Amino acid sequence: MIRFTNISKRYPGGYEALSNISFHMEKGAMAFLTGHSGAGKSTLLKLVALIERTTRGQLFLDGQNVSAISKRRIPYIRRKIGFIFQEHHLLFDRTVFDNVALPLIIAGYRYQDIGRRVRAALDKLGLLSKERLYPITLSGGEQQRVGIARAVVNKPMLLLADEPTGNLDPELSREIMALFSLFNDVGVSVLVASHDIPLIQELNYPVLSLEHGRLASSNVDAA
Amino acid sequence: MKRVRKNKRTEQHHRGEQLRRLLSPRTFLQRHAQVALDSLGRLYRNRISSLMTATVIAIAMAMPAGLYLLLDNLGRLSGSWDGQASMSVFLKNSVPASTAEKLAKSVRQWPEVGSVQLVTPEQALEEFTERSGFADVLDVLDENPLPAVLIVLPADDYSNPAAASTLRDRFSRLPETELAQLDLQWVQRLSAILEIARRGILVISSLLALAVLLVIGNTIRLEIQNRREEILVTKLIGATNGFVRRPFLYSGIWYGILGAIIAWLLVESGFWLLSEPVSRLAGLYQSDFHLETLPLVLLWVLVMGGMCLGLLGSWLAVGRHLDAIEPT
Repeated sequence: MIRFTNISKRYPGGYEALSNISFHMEKGAMAFLTGHSGAGKSTLLKLVALIERTTRGQLFLDGQNVSAISKRRIPYIRRKIGFIFQEHHLLFDRTVFDNVALPLIIAGYRYQDIGRRVRAALDKLGLLSKERLYPITLSGGEQQRVGIARAVVNKPMLLLADEPTGNLDPELSREIMALFSLFNDVGVSVLVASHDIPLIQELNYPVLSLEHGRLASSNVDAA
Repeated sequence: MKRVRKNKRTEQHHRGEQLRRLLSPRTFLQRHAQVALDSLGRLYRNRISSLMTATVIAIAMAMPAGLYLLLDNLGRLSGSWDGQASMSVFLKNSVPASTAEKLAKSVRQWPEVGSVQLVTPEQALEEFTERSGFADVLDVLDENPLPAVLIVLPADDYSNPAAASTLRDRFSRLPETELAQLDLQWVQRLSAILEIARRGILVISSLLALAVLLVIGNTIRLEIQNRREEILVTKLIGATNGFVRRPFLYSGIWYGILGAIIAWLLVESGFWLLSEPVSRLAGLYQSDFHLETLPLVLLWVLVMGGMCLGLLGSWLAVGRHLDAIEPT
């Protein structure tokens, strides 16, 4: 699903966030990405979501080399990826329903289909009763779940999550991680960046560990 | 293995569905209608500021439209002139009616002459009484002061200004002629003046169209800044530039249409205010001239113009500012 071969990322100004990273995550797999803050977790996820572009090396998504893909093609790649952010990035001027519907509207679904799919996603996340509310009235955990609903409503092949439990208490964090396992069970590839080591150790998934922009240890296939 | 095959089939099905979805014209129209309505709703929610922007646009559009209409009416005032260089040959008062008729007949044979119409002094008097508005003056006079006139239309090949003035010289040399005059001159002068005014209006129109572009461009730029977060999020979840651009383009179009409708109201009410005094003035010259605005044509032209300016203005703003907003 995701293959990094000798990828480096250098930001303008010379700071090298990632150096010579190589790994391969299988289709349908789930893995964690750990490391101290500043180790390059976010940068790695941004490279996968094509928010940042690689400086060196080759990046393959679903067998397609996207290292040099044109800007015009990027949106179509992103539609196959569900991205969950630490700070949700919800739109506060529209309802939960409209927030979750956004990826479907962008992808051009018919309105009949949109209603059905949005409600299915909200149902799965236990938010069906909140569809008419505005995100500002929800708790932190609920907002995060809305963000997850938006990420999965389009049935993406790959789910990326950047510190999805960063602001949540342990109980809620466990719930969120359980949700990711659930999506993984139905065939979605999942990559979660987190520094919640105890929680990660509870769950039996491969871990990629970053240290100062280098892959320190990994029980994922080195490619 | 079994599961893999099943996955493949559902994926193919998924692809097919996606393709159908994107190709359906109904979906396409539905999406555009939705975005257009959304943009309109957004203008309505900020109706005071939207209205102010639209009014600025309206004033900039009403100015050239109003001036052009005034000019158009002036052009109409210059008469039902058919564009041909007719000339009047005034005969001497001493020329008897029978000679005048004979002259008309012989002139008709000239190759330069297209048609000749003889206006006898009696006919001339009648026409003058009817048209000039100075009928009372004639009552003071004992006898008809008007001469017989030949109204000559040159043949098609001789209607250009040079040939027409040669022909006029030939008429001048006839012993019966008092005065041969190209009727065209005052029409030419008026149309030259109107042409200058038309050019002036063209210049003003271009400048004001530029102003409209800038107003719309600036308004859209502010809107883009206000919706920065939304643009970032939609780009993050796979919105194409086209998708992000669309609501702003529709906003621009709506501003243009709204401005056009207000401009139309301004012009129509302006002309309505003018129409009564103008008709009264025309009445004093015993003319039934009145101002005409062709309301529906005007509305159509203004709305089309407004839409184009709105689209262009927002396109410029969007092109300049939207690319700069990329998620990081």
